[in-house]
Amino acid sequence: MKILVPVKRVVDYNVKVRVKSDGTGVDIANVKMSMNPFDEIAIEEAVRLKEKGVATEVIAVSCGAPQCQETLRTAMAIGADRAILVETTEELQPLAVAKLLKALVEKEQPQLVILGKQAIDDDCNQTGQMLAALLGWPQATFASKVDVEGGMVKVAREVDGGSETLSLSLPAIVTTDLRLNEPRYVTLPNIMKAKKKQLDNFKPEALGVDVKPHIKTLKVSEPPKRGAGVKVADVAALVDKLKNEAKVI
Amino acid sequence: MTSLVIAEHDNASIRPATLNTVTAAAQCGGEVHLLVAGKGAEAAARAASQIAGVTKVIHIEGDHFAHGLAENMAAQVLALCGNGAGSYSHILFPATASGKNIAPRVAATLDVGQISDITKVDAADTFERPIYAGNAIAIVQSLDAVKVITVRTTGFDPAASTGGAASIEKLDGVADSGKSSFVSSEIAKSDRPELTAAKIIVSGGRALGSSEKFNEFLTPLADKLGAALGASRAAVDAGFAPNDWQVGQTGKIVAPQLYIAVGISGAIQHLAGMKDSKVIVAINKDAEAPIFSVADYGLESDLFTAVPELVAAL
Repeated sequence: MKILVPVKRVVDYNVKVRVKSDGTGVDIANVKMSMNPFDEIAIEEAVRLKEKGVATEVIAVSCGAPQCQETLRTAMAIGADRAILVETTEELQPLAVAKLLKALVEKEQPQLVILGKQAIDDDCNQTGQMLAALLGWPQATFASKVDVEGGMVKVAREVDGGSETLSLSLPAIVTTDLRLNEPRYVTLPNIMKAKKKQLDNFKPEALGVDVKPHIKTLKVSEPPKRGAGVKVADVAALVDKLKNEAKVI
Repeated sequence: MTSLVIAEHDNASIRPATLNTVTAAAQCGGEVHLLVAGKGAEAAARAASQIAGVTKVIHIEGDHFAHGLAENMAAQVLALCGNGAGSYSHILFPATASGKNIAPRVAATLDVGQISDITKVDAADTFERPIYAGNAIAIVQSLDAVKVITVRTTGFDPAASTGGAASIEKLDGVADSGKSSFVSSEIAKSDRPELTAAKIIVSGGRALGSSEKFNEFLTPLADKLGAALGASRAAVDAGFAPNDWQVGQTGKIVAPQLYIAVGISGAIQHLAGMKDSKVIVAINKDAEAPIFSVADYGLESDLFTAVPELVAAL
């Protein structure tokens, strides 16, 4: 069984982004870029399924600028067998990415696609579900446990108030939540090995996909600042403030 | 122009997130219809018909709607909007685990972009939404005829749950997709208010040190205040609190009247989940903790002495 894992190159989660003064977006020139943390969990899960003998091949995919190759090399250092870059400098929105992935799924015929539940830049939380819809496949989002048995995948997923378990027929889409696993550290030997692994390159046109945007960003601004309040001396002063000033208790 | 809101419910009653979503739908202009799809959901459909501002409730019954499976729910929504040819200009879901699961399936099938997590309606096609964990706000315009939207509930006041008189139309549902099935659920039973609907939240961080200490110190405070319990990602990762208590970019977004952060340093990703709270209290012994930069009232003190004192003083 092949597993396809899409990964996105995003601003590192430790970077505090700044909004550009002209309001056209956030300034990502010269900031550290990394693999989206949820996608790292997705790669780790796929590699573990391969190590368990469930999967035979793990293919990492990224859509975007040429620098996404670095992200794909990281995915291969974690353990993906090969990688595909769909290269474009156009802005890609989730629907466009889902269409590109659909074209690759039809080419590669994986039984399982594991994606991060959301990217930490646009916070959309859409691509996995959109891909499932375009393929007509079942989905289990926000996964905290994945078991492949026979032609089915059993997934425990995070829902409001607790968790639930679903059973899906394969092929299927799974999106990852934080508790699914803890990604391994990549070691130097594996980084070296990853450099030799196969990385194919496609253009969106070659896949016959129209990546036109459906949503236009008019303006990006700083969120309203919340000013710091006061420090209180002790618990009695705190209770007094909450009762008499804020009147919230 | 008519909006369709997909109600979140437990078959007996309507979940509060639905009410905020109705408000957002009303701001898009035009009538608001509400879809209640479930199993034995008559009571929920009746409750839905009372919501102020809703003109029609569409009630769908079926065993395969009992657990809100995304495949069946999305197919049902698509059937109602004639796969895009129908009369709905806006299709809105609460940005909850359930809404986020279903909405993109609907959008992709309609070949439209989805606008996630809106916090403001500027015009019928223009919306505000946070990006980068709330570190920036984007104003975005949909270029599609049908707008598929998820609504961040803290951005909108709830519609009144009574006072409306919508008609209830019972329709036949779509067939089961047969591709996914519900196996079991492990929902923690609790008398506490739901985190996203609570007026007061007591939230704990890694400084609590263990799950025993987390419960020993925070439960009495939450009990005294009738508060929901929350946690930082660090506390959840350390196993002090269950995952569904997590407040932050990767967890729940909350905006209660009062948020008490106990032993939470205030990482960006946590602040993203709670900085719209009306009043924020921080209890932390580290004077430099970033949480103090957003707190209305900061108490620089050891939580293991301050929290019991606070419980005694309330």
